Amino acid sequence: MTTYTSATDADRRAMLDASGVSSIEQLFADIPAALRLGRPLALPAGMAEQEVYEHLKELAARNVSAEDEISFLGAGMYDHYVPSLIDTLLSRSEFLTPYTPYQPEISQGGLQVMFEYQTAISELTGLPVSNASVYEGPSAVGAAAYLAKIANGKPRVLASRGVHPHSRETVATLARGYGQTLEEVPLRDGATDLDALSAALGDDVSAVILQQPNFLGTVEDVTALTEAAKRVGAVVICACDPIPLGVLEPPGAQGVDIAVGEGQTLGNRLDFGGPSFGFFAAAQEHLRRMPGRIAGETVDVDGKRGFVLTLQTREQHIRREKATSNICTAQALNALAGVVYLGWLGRQGLVELGELLLQRTHYARETLCAIEGVEPLHEQPVVREFALRLPGADVEAVVERLAAEGINAGYRLGRSYPEYADGLLVAITERRTRAQIDRFADALGNALAAERGAAPAEALA
Amino acid sequence: MAGDYPEGLLYHPEHDWARIDGDTATFGVTWYAQDSLGEVVFFDPPPVGTQVRQGDSYAEVESVKAVSDVIAPLSGEIVEVNEALGDAPEQINNDPYGTGWMVKVRLSDPSERDALLDADGYTAQLD
Amino acid sequence: MTPPSAPTTPASSAIAAADDTLTIYERSQPGRRAFVAPALDVPERPLDELLPARFRRTTPAQLPEISEPELVRHYHRLSKRNFDLDTGFYPLGSCTMKHNPKLHERVAALPGNARLHPLQDERRAQGALELMWNLQEALGEIAGLPHVSLQPSAGSHGELAGVLLTRAYHEDRGEQRTKVLTPDTAHGTNPATVTMAGYEVVKVGTNADGGVDVEDLRAKADEQVACLMLTNPSTLGLFDPNIAEIAEIVHGVGATLYYDGANLNAIMGITRPGDMGFDIVHFNLHKSFTQPHGGGGPGAGPIAVSERIEPYLPRPQVVRREDDDGFAFHLDEERPKSIGKLRGFQGNYGVFVRSYAYIRSLGAEGLREVSEVAVLNANYLLALLKRAGVAEYLPVAYDRVCMHEFVLSGAPMKRELGIRTLDLAKRLLDFGVHPPTVYFPLLVDEALLIEPTETETKETLERFAEIVAEILREAANDPELARNAPYSTPVRRLDEARAAKQPVIRQPL
Repeated sequence: MTTYTSATDADRRAMLDASGVSSIEQLFADIPAALRLGRPLALPAGMAEQEVYEHLKELAARNVSAEDEISFLGAGMYDHYVPSLIDTLLSRSEFLTPYTPYQPEISQGGLQVMFEYQTAISELTGLPVSNASVYEGPSAVGAAAYLAKIANGKPRVLASRGVHPHSRETVATLARGYGQTLEEVPLRDGATDLDALSAALGDDVSAVILQQPNFLGTVEDVTALTEAAKRVGAVVICACDPIPLGVLEPPGAQGVDIAVGEGQTLGNRLDFGGPSFGFFAAAQEHLRRMPGRIAGETVDVDGKRGFVLTLQTREQHIRREKATSNICTAQALNALAGVVYLGWLGRQGLVELGELLLQRTHYARETLCAIEGVEPLHEQPVVREFALRLPGADVEAVVERLAAEGINAGYRLGRSYPEYADGLLVAITERRTRAQIDRFADALGNALAAERGAAPAEALA
Repeated sequence: MAGDYPEGLLYHPEHDWARIDGDTATFGVTWYAQDSLGEVVFFDPPPVGTQVRQGDSYAEVESVKAVSDVIAPLSGEIVEVNEALGDAPEQINNDPYGTGWMVKVRLSDPSERDALLDADGYTAQLD
Repeated sequence: MTPPSAPTTPASSAIAAADDTLTIYERSQPGRRAFVAPALDVPERPLDELLPARFRRTTPAQLPEISEPELVRHYHRLSKRNFDLDTGFYPLGSCTMKHNPKLHERVAALPGNARLHPLQDERRAQGALELMWNLQEALGEIAGLPHVSLQPSAGSHGELAGVLLTRAYHEDRGEQRTKVLTPDTAHGTNPATVTMAGYEVVKVGTNADGGVDVEDLRAKADEQVACLMLTNPSTLGLFDPNIAEIAEIVHGVGATLYYDGANLNAIMGITRPGDMGFDIVHFNLHKSFTQPHGGGGPGAGPIAVSERIEPYLPRPQVVRREDDDGFAFHLDEERPKSIGKLRGFQGNYGVFVRSYAYIRSLGAEGLREVSEVAVLNANYLLALLKRAGVAEYLPVAYDRVCMHEFVLSGAPMKRELGIRTLDLAKRLLDFGVHPPTVYFPLLVDEALLIEPTETETKETLERFAEIVAEILREAANDPELARNAPYSTPVRRLDEARAAKQPVIRQPL
């Protein structure tokens, strides 16, 4: 077995002597005999490093990743290109191995990274205050709903059906704890129904939650929805996909109070869903209710510029039961990847990437919708993801056919939206070239034809 | 100034003082409170008109590493708050009984003063 | 042993110092760039056609304009202003700063792991699901509780899961309880979590031996109590021998017993929280299971629960069930009594890969050895610090055999030598070691919580004890030295009050 300890027999004898006991067993004397396990743990024996590597490699080989197929699968996480400098920087021990910076004098690297990250998120979202990260997207939405509860104590939260199903479910789970109810606002033609929202609003609404673009890829009219919500004094929370913010009006300019989102696309890997990071930005008035760590600029005794964790009285280690959240460990390393990525894209690059996505996404939607048996689910403006219908087709079977050809066709909407049982959500990143989109279109056309051929009684023009 | 507890004030054992002036009183925290907290960085008073009750917390005062409840020594309605503490919360450290005053209250039950301590009584119970 | 002396500051080093603290925005120059956008290979449409003008961003985000070499140099140099575990001793109590094995980065980076989409079809993610299943089984065995959810993303997230599970359990039985008990030595995440879950915090006292005051618990345990949250060993590093009685009291009023797994490093393979009577346990994979701390995350906080709590576990759950096509591992979303979700997808899989590799490397025997050596190292370091010259200024708070960590009190040091625990910590920085945890737990005056972990050598522990003795000798001679420390770090003591009073939390641009 591998061991990372160094205590030799001689070491142990010397240490036991100095501790005034004759065996390690005596160090555990406080543990009553009845509670002693008394047998080895029922786990396989340990292995040498090389054997562990082979085992992990064998497991990984049974996964079909974006390395092995052309993936149009999105629905909250996306196959963007992660530049190599991120691997290099994140593997530096000085970023990888330290703890949260409680001793700022020897943590200026990490604290300055947080400060630069907070600045980048503030710029991206157009809101003045950002924290140093939360766990990921859906729990960030949950944390925002909790902030609204602390701010106004009202009982109802409204969320658009266009908000990611995981986010809606996370808010519902948390709200059951601290006593709020979550209600859904329906979609119409793929976008949040403003009339339905207005009808549901009242002055007992704590928060309204939107997503931009929404789960079906639609660019929502956040300004109009926000105005309706503000009329009753509700806190407006917008979950944003960060990369489209290169071309989309930012939430801060639309009256949104809190902008949160999933940071995976900013320099982080898919990793089967985590770790990534969540970002959390807010209007100035909510500064002292923000969850999570916040780094602030100051000076040292010699007048040198430096950074510290600040406003710590919000946090659990000081305020305990009155804390703004219970967050201790967050996602500092992933946020580092995020700020490096945003610096790598740069001011111009984020815009160019957004415009490229707009063009390719439009091309993809147009090309796929030209196929027999494919219709757009909605015709709203989209940036990087869009929803199709395959009327009368067995979507699962179609997706399987494409998988066999090395193409991941996207997310079957029926998995979380029963009303779109024949729906497919297709995601575009800068890795999806025109050639790949064309290949997808061919394969999709063939697959649909094959399905129609295989089940003539269900054939539809 | 160490351990300064002026005569003429009344003290609540949870480290708050009151200066009574007719039917109103001024409240603040004692030297001991500000010394335990360290440098005060934030104090947000409740709005004018708030009802306060003897022995209950009516606000919080924050230093870098701690948050403390501020306890009302007497009951009544807040008629004035020290807005200057918004920009200069450190006055609570520098001059806890003067420019560090927190709120002025119109008393609802002046007889409650009997439950408070004088300077000697307060310092005696500090250890 | 002389630490480096405070540097003088001629003009040249002033210039260097100023450059050191430039932010990435201050290095930015218009027109510089790193990213090259792929060429447009589809027919170009006017942007107005693709996105109505009223939705389009008019002012770009002021991200830096900078080349790759500058980006690399900037963050590389920033990294050098960080102390880290690979560089030096990090005895942060309650954090378990043990060595991060380097194999783990290699296996986490395998494309089959790193580039796997969370919504990939189960049949094409069997390797990942099997890894998660195996990890669940291993953690369940270590905890002595059969059912595990890997979903929570950090210890405090696991705590929230535990309290929400407790709520669901009681409500399902038709009961509305209102209180959760936590010891006064609890980590701050415990009471913060209780509030988030909608319960009232009630504190339980600590007895003279550092364990739960059983009589106080008995008095406070009633049918309004939903749960008692505990860690054993406690945050004082002491095993509470009354745990069986505590469990009986808590279960006797129908409440659940929650285990904060932050101190698991002391007991793996020796005793198990499930056997002590706990219903719900959370693990910190970034503590005992070597996930690198990353400067503040990522981590993971999986939970293990007893049979009666299992129905309420978050969804999805990884289950093993041979289906007709021979695929064994599935994500089960059909869980009618589940509390729901605490986050998206299935959790921090990249962290699971590392922890799983660790458990397979060590095996049953290795994990037991971890706890034995962790406890041995802590007791040895305690013995070293009990020697003359140290013990009279930094006495141990509870004079008992400790587990994997112990608490010293700096109160006598403050009285006799005029320096506080904070000053000792800052002076330790000049000696190239990370200070222990300071001012926690709250119960001990001028607390110093020390956890060496099992991956440190005997010599490192001896050196640390020597350094502490030296700092105390310095202080006896001249307390100002520690009071104004550190001297040799990239910055010296920082004005935290200013940062809190006038928060500047982003670069003005």
